[in-house]
Amino acid sequence: MQELLQQVISGIASGGIYASLALALVLIYNAMGLVNFAQGEMAMLATFGAYTLISHGVSYWIALPVTLVLAFAGGIAIQRIVIRPVERAPLLALVIITLGLATLVNGLAGAIFGYVPRSFPSPFSAQTVDILGAFVSYRDLGVIGVSGGVLVAIYLLLQRTTIGLTLRAAAHHPEASRLLGVHVSWMLALGWGLASAVGAVSGIMVAPIILLEPNMMQTIIIYAFAAAVLGGIESPLGAVIGGLIVGVTVNLAGAYLPFVGGDLQLAVALAIIIGVLVLKPNGLLGRPTVRRV
Amino acid sequence: MGQRLRNTPPRYWLVLVAVLFFIGLPTVIDSFQSGEWAQALILAIAIMGLNVLVGYSGQLSLGHGAFMALGAYISAILAHRYKVDYLLTIPIAGLATGVIGFLFGVPALRLSALYLALATFALAVVTPSLIKRPAELTGGVQGISLTPPVPPQFAQDAFGAIAGTPMTSDQWVYYVTLAWALLLFWVAWNLVRHRSGRAMRAIRDGEVAAAASGINIAGYKTLAFGISALYAGVAGSLFGLATSFVSPDTFPVSLSIQLLVGAVIGGLASIPGPLVGGIFAFFLPIESNQWVPTQTWIPAQIASTVEKAGPAVTYGVVLILTMIFAPNGVVGLVVTAYTRLRRRLRGVPERETGQMPPGPQTV
Repeated sequence: MQELLQQVISGIASGGIYASLALALVLIYNAMGLVNFAQGEMAMLATFGAYTLISHGVSYWIALPVTLVLAFAGGIAIQRIVIRPVERAPLLALVIITLGLATLVNGLAGAIFGYVPRSFPSPFSAQTVDILGAFVSYRDLGVIGVSGGVLVAIYLLLQRTTIGLTLRAAAHHPEASRLLGVHVSWMLALGWGLASAVGAVSGIMVAPIILLEPNMMQTIIIYAFAAAVLGGIESPLGAVIGGLIVGVTVNLAGAYLPFVGGDLQLAVALAIIIGVLVLKPNGLLGRPTVRRV
Repeated sequence: MGQRLRNTPPRYWLVLVAVLFFIGLPTVIDSFQSGEWAQALILAIAIMGLNVLVGYSGQLSLGHGAFMALGAYISAILAHRYKVDYLLTIPIAGLATGVIGFLFGVPALRLSALYLALATFALAVVTPSLIKRPAELTGGVQGISLTPPVPPQFAQDAFGAIAGTPMTSDQWVYYVTLAWALLLFWVAWNLVRHRSGRAMRAIRDGEVAAAASGINIAGYKTLAFGISALYAGVAGSLFGLATSFVSPDTFPVSLSIQLLVGAVIGGLASIPGPLVGGIFAFFLPIESNQWVPTQTWIPAQIASTVEKAGPAVTYGVVLILTMIFAPNGVVGLVVTAYTRLRRRLRGVPERETGQMPPGPQTV
């Protein structure tokens, strides 16, 4: 029982990481109906940014917000330079462009930082604390706390502020928003910036666990895909719930299903993706889409 | 006869020249280069399959490397464990992969293009760990080593008579690959020009309208997926033949990306596109790695960065720039340039679209 609880809590910690990245995917999906395949790689690059700051002696708690601001600016820059010229291109072309972006960022990070895995500092100690008889590390608790904080912040921003309202309006009804004086194109850029910053949090949280290297987000993005699809790809709350379910499911499957073990956990994510898409394509919280002629 | 020859559209002459070029190629380049060209042709076959899916039926697969892996492992296991002649395993691997692709297409056809892209991308990422699992069958991480094929006597005689040197294993693989490439390109050409090709394009250009016109959407989408997987399966099988070795790391995600790069740069929804794309996707990283360091105008720091980054940066830049500036790829650029030149030179309008070219159908 204690072991089960332990596995669930560490699953929730991973789930928080997947939820952050899934939320980033949802933000961009809502802004332009597109799944950003480069989201993970952008997060990886931001994490390398944080690593560079920290290794130059900057304290973790200063490096973190600085990195998020840089990631935000980077996301806006990418939207302005790469995505904006092709905003009206067919979806297929846009997806291919984000994939190209992913490949490019991955290659650049490899060229600049090399492929040797580096340990990334965590501000939380690896010591454990006894919760209801289960030993939970401060690191897991810290990850849960930071991811939870980010998710709440994004929720408040979207639902309780004018800028959030404008963002949502621009995403859902671009024409009407434009008539009301909203700079729709800049709102899209803002969406990309936000997504980039939220994604960066997932990278910084996961790096101490799986070591920092250019390919580190390749598996995390699959879990995030599973989370976003499970929650309903247009629902921010769904992404969070989906992330937690995926994190716990994958962790439990790895621990208790001998067939899955450590090396087929990713296949569980694939199974979740395919299962959801076949059985309930709109996810848990998504709305059914109506096709217009 | 003379009239007929003169009326033959230029594209048929191009096909003839291309076929003769590829048949003659190994007699002028060395054995190692023949091996490289064989791999480029193998990529071209897989890209042709991807093109049927992406270019003609408008569905995006980012996981065709997984189908190549399937084809390669079916062939390798049949040849290694059950001692089947490798050449016989190629069609078996192709058909089996095609059937599995068809089955994968059944749930896939319910998905939007975006979700399909997502699911196939996940498949590509998971593939290496899926292969490692049944270790007694697939050889696990070590993979399966195969014996390089020995050219049969008739081929050795024929090649020796023309080139004057004995035929190597690589050269034999090249010709096997070329034969498959010709067959599969010819099949694809016929496919897209006829009923099923028109149906697929109609689905791509407007699913609702196509359904209203009585096209069986689900059927054709699954069919496109199956055919496309068959091409990837044959390509994977040939890949095992060419490298005499299959392992989980032979089929990373980057292979699927490489296929997509080839499809995009060659030109989607075109028949010569995949050939051009295969050659580009194979030789571009090799050539750019050799070319960049020799250029003195490129700052040394950037040059060494490009070198270290390997193909990823090149592929990424090519994908983005092609989609922004030349969505129809190299073939699209050439066709546009040719049409403009022709108009300017003769003042004749291009042949009306929709009119099928008459003439022979063999390649």
